[in-house]
Amino acid sequence: MADGAAAGAVRAYGLLVWTWVRAAAQYPVSMVLLALATAVVTGLDVAAILLLFAHAPRIAGFAAPEVLFLYGTSALAFGISDIALGTTERLGHHVRQGTLDAMLVRPVSPLVQIATEDFSPRRFGKLVPAVLVLAYALAEAGVAWTPGRVAMVPVMVLSGTAIFGGLWVLTGAVQFVLVDSHGASKSVTYGGAFLTQYPMTVFARDFVRGVTFVVPLAFVNWQPALYVLDRPDPLGLPAAARFASPAVAALVCALGAVAWRAGLRHYRSTGS
Amino acid sequence: MGVLPWVWWYGFRRHTAYPLGSLTESLTNTVFGFMRAYVLLALWSVRPSLGGYDAADAVTFCFITQALIGPVQIFGGMDLTERIRNGDVAIDLHRPAGLQGWWLADDLGRAAGSLLLRAGPPLLAGALVFPFRVPAPANLAAFAAAMVLAVTVSFGTRYLVALGMFWLHDDRGLQAVALVMSLFFSGMILPLVVFPGLLGDVARALPWAAQIQVPADVFLGRRTGAGIIGALAFQAAWAAALLGAGALLTRAARRKLVVHGG
Repeated sequence: MADGAAAGAVRAYGLLVWTWVRAAAQYPVSMVLLALATAVVTGLDVAAILLLFAHAPRIAGFAAPEVLFLYGTSALAFGISDIALGTTERLGHHVRQGTLDAMLVRPVSPLVQIATEDFSPRRFGKLVPAVLVLAYALAEAGVAWTPGRVAMVPVMVLSGTAIFGGLWVLTGAVQFVLVDSHGASKSVTYGGAFLTQYPMTVFARDFVRGVTFVVPLAFVNWQPALYVLDRPDPLGLPAAARFASPAVAALVCALGAVAWRAGLRHYRSTGS
Repeated sequence: MGVLPWVWWYGFRRHTAYPLGSLTESLTNTVFGFMRAYVLLALWSVRPSLGGYDAADAVTFCFITQALIGPVQIFGGMDLTERIRNGDVAIDLHRPAGLQGWWLADDLGRAAGSLLLRAGPPLLAGALVFPFRVPAPANLAAFAAAMVLAVTVSFGTRYLVALGMFWLHDDRGLQAVALVMSLFFSGMILPLVVFPGLLGDVARALPWAAQIQVPADVFLGRRTGAGIIGALAFQAAWAAALLGAGALLTRAARRKLVVHGG
């Protein structure tokens, strides 16, 4: 039964995505230009990293290819999660406008409806700089490759995607209660995407503790990267932490799912 | 007095109507300020006087950029765009005030509201936690003037982009280009003083520099005496050029627009 529901949701997701893509494809030139523009905007963060390293060979103990490795894994994970679930941040808007009520009467999960809303192929532009930079960094970071390290790269991208995905849904669900919280939840989602582009050695130690134990952004790519790049942990966590990303991802996703369901169950429309 | 002060006032009122929403935005600005400040500090610990800034200058600069995101609307956009798309602009063109003047007054009102609600938290948090450059009274006064000019320049560029709607019918491509330019060349992502060589020279001469880099330099006391006059003149020149271009484009748009009766 649960399997059937999940398969149905995935099918509905695919169908709705395809509908929106076909709508966007009615203006092919616009679609391609927008995808390119999205790629350039996303790539500005790479430009910032390169500009920083134009002035110093190492920053906070890390060389350019290593930071680009962090950028690539972070941007790829965030990009995929943003494509799949990023529009859940509009929940508060739907609550305020009353359009959530219309979604509730349709025979498709409201989460699927919100996540696919306005789905545009332009968003795939976000992945372009991420993939290019990651490919470059994997070649240049001077990693002593072992089977474990090779396997860790896809594992960290998938775990990171799941962590960000869970955070999208979790911060979206908060808007059931705090309709105006969207502005602040951006510091977790977009803020998390920015944070994980840099080595945690850049940040103050208490700050790193916060993004390890409270909002577990350090598990998006930092902890697994310590394993891949063979670096000591500045917080001195046990080595097992480097392999904890999948477990953390499962936990965040579970929290997101519980929060979303709870929010939906307690939702009482706007009233009038 | 005329109608424009009222337009300003209603713009101000509209953008201060949801203080909680603005406060949550400024919370995110503050978080980004912290992260960017740490990144800059890491660079400045290797290069302590890069671009003539010391570490306190760099950190202060970073929190100024976060405080100004709202007021100069660095991510672009204007309500006028949607009104051109759906044809309501025909009503705007019938008003007893010019289109550009009307929207400039509205935008200055928006910026004032945004400055009031969104600029405080990042600056305060930055000043409490990090080494911070507190401006001299003369610089603070000049900074106020620089802010008005920065918003005017920002309006000038966004107004030109918005008018593009008259010809393109889909402004998103133009918006995206404008976004790249304003994020990168305003000093939002990194202070323009770290841009090397020719790139830096070009960046400092473009109108986007007048939106964040120049007011920040005035705030930091990197400009004093005649330097302040020069900074304000640079902003004023871009403001005049952009508003002039806006006036010409408005006239062309007026000829382009066909209002169907019905």
